[in-house]
Amino acid sequence: MKPLALPWFVLAWSAPGVPAQDIAVHARVVHTAAGAPLEDAVVLVTAGKISAVGKASAVTIPSGVTTLEAAVVIPGLVDAHCSLGLAGALNYAHDRDELELSSAVQPELRAIDAYNPRETLIEWARGFGVTTVHTGHAPGAVISGQTMIAKLRGETVDEAVLQPLAMVAATLGEGAVDPENKSQPGTRAKAAALLREELVKTVAWVEKQARATAESKPVERDLRREILAKVLAGEVPLLVTAQRAQDIATALRLQREFGFRLVLDGAAEGYRMLDELREADVPVIVHPTMFRAVGETENLSLETPGTLKKSGLRVALQSGYESYVPRTRVLLFEAAEAAAYGLSFEDALALVTIDAARLLGIDARVGSLEVGKDGDLALYDGDPFEYTTHCVGVVIEGRVVSSERR
Amino acid sequence: MLLALLATALAGRQDSGAPVALVGARILPVSGPPIESGILVVHQGVIAHVGPLDSTPVPAGAEVHDVSGRVIVPGLVDTHSHIGSVEGGDRSEPIQPSVRVLDSIDVLDPSIERARAGGITTVNIMPGSGHLLSGQTVYLKLRPGNTIEELAVRNPDGSVAGGIKMANGTNSRRDPPFPGTRAKSAALVRARYVAAQEYARKRADPDPEKRPERDLALEALVEALEGKRIVHHHTHRHDDVLTVLRLREEFGLRVVLHHVSDAWKVADEIAHAGVPSSLIVIDSPGGKLEARDMRWENARALVEAGAEIAFHTDDWITDSRLFLRSAALAVRAGLSREKALEALTLAPARMLDLGERAGSLEVGKDADFVVLDGDPFSIYTHVQETWVEGVKVFDRSAPHDQLISVGGWGAGSPRAPRCCEEEDEDR
Repeated sequence: MKPLALPWFVLAWSAPGVPAQDIAVHARVVHTAAGAPLEDAVVLVTAGKISAVGKASAVTIPSGVTTLEAAVVIPGLVDAHCSLGLAGALNYAHDRDELELSSAVQPELRAIDAYNPRETLIEWARGFGVTTVHTGHAPGAVISGQTMIAKLRGETVDEAVLQPLAMVAATLGEGAVDPENKSQPGTRAKAAALLREELVKTVAWVEKQARATAESKPVERDLRREILAKVLAGEVPLLVTAQRAQDIATALRLQREFGFRLVLDGAAEGYRMLDELREADVPVIVHPTMFRAVGETENLSLETPGTLKKSGLRVALQSGYESYVPRTRVLLFEAAEAAAYGLSFEDALALVTIDAARLLGIDARVGSLEVGKDGDLALYDGDPFEYTTHCVGVVIEGRVVSSERR
Repeated sequence: MLLALLATALAGRQDSGAPVALVGARILPVSGPPIESGILVVHQGVIAHVGPLDSTPVPAGAEVHDVSGRVIVPGLVDTHSHIGSVEGGDRSEPIQPSVRVLDSIDVLDPSIERARAGGITTVNIMPGSGHLLSGQTVYLKLRPGNTIEELAVRNPDGSVAGGIKMANGTNSRRDPPFPGTRAKSAALVRARYVAAQEYARKRADPDPEKRPERDLALEALVEALEGKRIVHHHTHRHDDVLTVLRLREEFGLRVVLHHVSDAWKVADEIAHAGVPSSLIVIDSPGGKLEARDMRWENARALVEAGAEIAFHTDDWITDSRLFLRSAALAVRAGLSREKALEALTLAPARMLDLGERAGSLEVGKDADFVVLDGDPFSIYTHVQETWVEGVKVFDRSAPHDQLISVGGWGAGSPRAPRCCEEEDEDR
């Protein structure tokens, strides 16, 4: 294996306005997530975009362009769901911003108003190859707030954000229930009732707004109704975390009643609901494979990502949300477990690259190594899924953002 | 129904009495160099022979298992786990040495089955860290059985073996009578051990009339003072680690440091004290302030300083089925593979005073071992079989065991263990 030569001088994230960098990566194997792996291959990034991918003999690297060497190169990983940047490593009041429990329903909470791009766990995740995250308010309230999509770069949210509003996060089942907190529902049926009530109120509000507009009357602003109206209009998906089969069934029932775009999250017992999920054509962001097998995830299976993907469903993996230790899981390891439990390397890789990008609707920019897409790459000194391999470099839009051997 | 299934599954696993020979595997004995194509003979619960296949005849009458292509390692020893729906002390006071976890454990809990599926054969089940001292721990062999007595490791006098669980730092801080600061925590602990010293002196009085009545709490502390119980001490921050070493020095305790997130900062001090550490390896640092600086390099740092290390699951903080992963991530951070395997087997066995009978594949030791289908530290490797004292307690080819290993409908228990989070008010 060739030793990795990284340019240690390009680590700092440059100020906005500086043109994105040109860079080339030469690897023993390039997994593009868009076809068969390429051996002895080069990925060329020009002005932040991929300008060539192919055998080393077929790609001309312009003179002056830095060339990184690695054993294996894959697309920068796309975390389909997490709370990075909101849920801080210290887990104290000053960095615990992923879940507000004074009320069960708060869709007006925006992720961009809480995302801290300098949070240490962002650097941690990026060091393993994650370049794009769908992050925001965590499961744990009937509607906990909004989510966003960010690149793991920049010193302000504006420099990081790819999509300021991605989804609205809801939870059904035990995760939404806390009998000891009067602000939260005490049973799963009450949680479902609260969600229906909000959606029914929003339907009425939308009708009232339409009448007001028709009669040229002033339209009253309501932050909560405005965002839920976007959900009802299908502009913004409702991301529903549901683990047990009955809670997945409730999510599907509400989707039929209100017609919103449902993205199912968690789905620990999703393997019991394959026909129903296929019929509704609902994409699923499966819980981390090593989520704890207790409580409502007691019957989780390490094979669920494979089972769902093989059944034809749109599936992606997530690092998920942890309220304690560890505060975040490592997306790379979640894909690795999927590869160890029923999926091929390429299929497991897709769950954290192109499948995740498609599910999030950002596949025109990220998720695979194809000409015209963002130059987001992760470099390894061996099989990326092996515990004992190291991530040795991460590139976002042509810039080296991590070169620590991790 | 689960119980019926379990009973059926376990029924076929009794030691038949004939020697069992596992032939053809790569054997990693830990106590010696790897054997590329080996034979492991077990008889009456102990290892009768281990060596290269070409120089060892298969004993007459032996039940032969062809395990070519497999890898055999010693049964894994977990020094710190909360499986079995364990409970320790309640909220009444910060120091509760009379509480025995053996009075709370459900040995049929799925978490115990998951530990077998992870290759764990010996485990120290502990109460939580929400107290300065949350009770007496219990050392189990994960034999088949319906009662804690069937699984318990015994001391030479027949009593159930175990240690004492202690904690410092933030988890045990809360409203009175619990301590509010680190110094108060240490003062409370010191006062109780001083009382135990006094109790021991008076109990030894030649005049029975002058002896105090039995006090179960002080009795347990006296066992710790006498070295009969090892103190398993939860500690994260570097200064808290040094506080444990100071208490150990003052009272002559036998201590194993647990978690030790800041180990890399005080590796030399730990090594100089000659105190072993059992490390946790989690996916990311933090989750609470005192684990902020946790590093996967902790294992390497301690070994380079000359200290003894083991790993633990802290199940459910990490899942017992992924115990090998903890060591693999330490290898990723520079620990040698040999030390990593030792830190899952022989080193933790020594930390439970069981190094003479468990933790390595040597003639005369308990026949506790794991059959793997590849490199112990590869993601693609799965535990195929787990054996405890010559009895197969997990077999991935059996449907029930497959379910426990992989998970799925019917694999779980709705009960979350009471170990960690709920007591951690301060986080």
